Amino acid sequence: MLAQMVRIRRFEEACVQLYSQTRIRGFMHLCIGEEAVAAGVMGALAERDAVVSTYREHGHALARGLPMPEVMAEMFGRASGSSRGRGGSMHLFDTTRRFYGGNAIVAGGLPLAVGLGLAERMQHRDGVAVCFFGDGAAAEGEFHESLNLAALWRLPVLFVCENNLYAMGTSIERELAVPDLALHAAAYGMPAWPVDGMDVEAVDQATRRALDDVRSGEAPVFLEMRTYRFRAHSMYDPELYRDKAEVAHWRERDPVEVFAARLRGEGVAVDEELTLVESAVAAEIAEAVSFAEAAPLEPVEDLTRFVHSEEGQR
Amino acid sequence: MTVVETTYREAMRAALRDAMTRDERVFLMGEDVGRYGGCFAVSMGLLEEFGPERIRDTPLSESAFVGAGIGAAIGGMRPVVEVMTVNFSLLALDQILNNAATLLHMSGGQVAVPLVIRMTTGAGRQLAAQHSHSLEAFYAHIPGLRVLAPATLEDARGMLWPALLDPDPVILFEHGSLYAVSGPLEDAAPEVDITSAAIRRAGVDVTVVAWGGCLGKALAAAETLAAEGISAEVVDLRVLRPLDSATVLASVRRTHRAVVVDEGWRSGSLSAEVAARIAEEVFYDLDAPVERVCSAEVPVPYAKHLEDAALPQAETVAAACRRAVGAGG
Repeated sequence: MLAQMVRIRRFEEACVQLYSQTRIRGFMHLCIGEEAVAAGVMGALAERDAVVSTYREHGHALARGLPMPEVMAEMFGRASGSSRGRGGSMHLFDTTRRFYGGNAIVAGGLPLAVGLGLAERMQHRDGVAVCFFGDGAAAEGEFHESLNLAALWRLPVLFVCENNLYAMGTSIERELAVPDLALHAAAYGMPAWPVDGMDVEAVDQATRRALDDVRSGEAPVFLEMRTYRFRAHSMYDPELYRDKAEVAHWRERDPVEVFAARLRGEGVAVDEELTLVESAVAAEIAEAVSFAEAAPLEPVEDLTRFVHSEEGQR
Repeated sequence: MTVVETTYREAMRAALRDAMTRDERVFLMGEDVGRYGGCFAVSMGLLEEFGPERIRDTPLSESAFVGAGIGAAIGGMRPVVEVMTVNFSLLALDQILNNAATLLHMSGGQVAVPLVIRMTTGAGRQLAAQHSHSLEAFYAHIPGLRVLAPATLEDARGMLWPALLDPDPVILFEHGSLYAVSGPLEDAAPEVDITSAAIRRAGVDVTVVAWGGCLGKALAAAETLAAEGISAEVVDLRVLRPLDSATVLASVRRTHRAVVVDEGWRSGSLSAEVAARIAEEVFYDLDAPVERVCSAEVPVPYAKHLEDAALPQAETVAAACRRAVGAGG
């Protein structure tokens, strides 16, 4: 889990460099600070589970197993990218890994997850639909409609709220009359509990327990991951809405550092391991960047491909 | 093969029953489709036949249940989602545009959405503004969707199955004034082409393009005109996206005149699109300006005389045709 978090962290740091070199364009939302949620949740999932993510999904995608070269090529807008250059940073997809995006509409993925859960139930499979979304989604109608529908039909859906305290630049106290998100979920009759989203072990354990509950068919479950993004909302964000002291305070709870310190305390040779991990990740990133740079562009003649399905997909 | 007297409503119900029998992945979901029997009684009796798993009543949550339909389609099912009226569908427009129509392209061809959405549209029943609008053009604007407007019993019976076979999202617009229309229909499902417009009446003097609830008015106008010696060809557009321009243009090349009938508002309407394509492609074949008969640019009013005045009528269509052929009007 430590290695996975380092991998996500370094990947995004590399993306910042590439963005400043204008090799990556568009909106780009980083999850630095939130790696424990991605690594902890994904590590607990089975291959058969379906995942619906948000526009801040690099960590989810990498932890779910999307190959880093394909993710990087997508950031570069190349044909070898995970969405053939049509999605970019916000729309990573991989159906072979049941990773269904990458949704830039806040709360727009929740109904999809409800439907994926419904499909599991109607086809008598035991996969769980796992849906990521932020605290900002809780103010959207789709959030409430989806929680109600999933609970009403007792569907196998795991709602994972990444509560990083800000809906873009609006703090949770200024967006929600009731900022306790677990209360919203409890109002729809589903088990809901907060989790320390800066602690990857807590995330892992909570997810495993939640998945057991969901798979037993009782009801959807709602996890509120209390986390924090260390960086701005997006690359365009001047971050005028929160002070540096607050960010610094949360940085003391850096999920990578916290977990490493705990392992050290348990006598694990963390620093030796981290050295190996860092060099492996650096090599993986270098390879991903070379792959992306060398990857072909999708031909402009193929602009209108995939508006409708092609024969081979039918 | 027997021919029986059938209503549009019964034809639609037969199509649903047929699809659910043919493919166990097909299910119907929407507001009051089960115990109530469907807001327009289309699904009456299907709950008893197929059970509550497959005839699934939903809460009043258009965005969630349309989105759930999308998710279920991605997850391997073949959902038919009923949205009571097109006006309510605006609450689900996010899901229809940002997800159903977009996921395939945005995922580089990975995430196909084999979903059918049925919804009622149109005016003429004194339901006032919020229940009377024709917003088909909103959906016909969106790449990635197939938008169909069954106007005949054959299309009501025959469009659903090919729509379900389509690997991409299809929207079926059922005009509210058509449900009670009845006529003879073969009880076996006719093969219906969901890619092409259909010529419903041949003629040589003027092409009338209409669809959905306006098709009957166009045909009635053609009947009136025939008595006056004017031969109108009536094209049922029927596929609102992707538009079958070829059939329309070929007809206009023969008749040299065109009248487009649209229950939507004129500004930014489908009639504008059809007229523009005629102007772009067959301008030099035209002997008269393209005429458009659309709804008045007002929210549809309740009072019958005002509602009638707001909507295209057979007589206003006939008058437009007379102007086009230079017969006065």
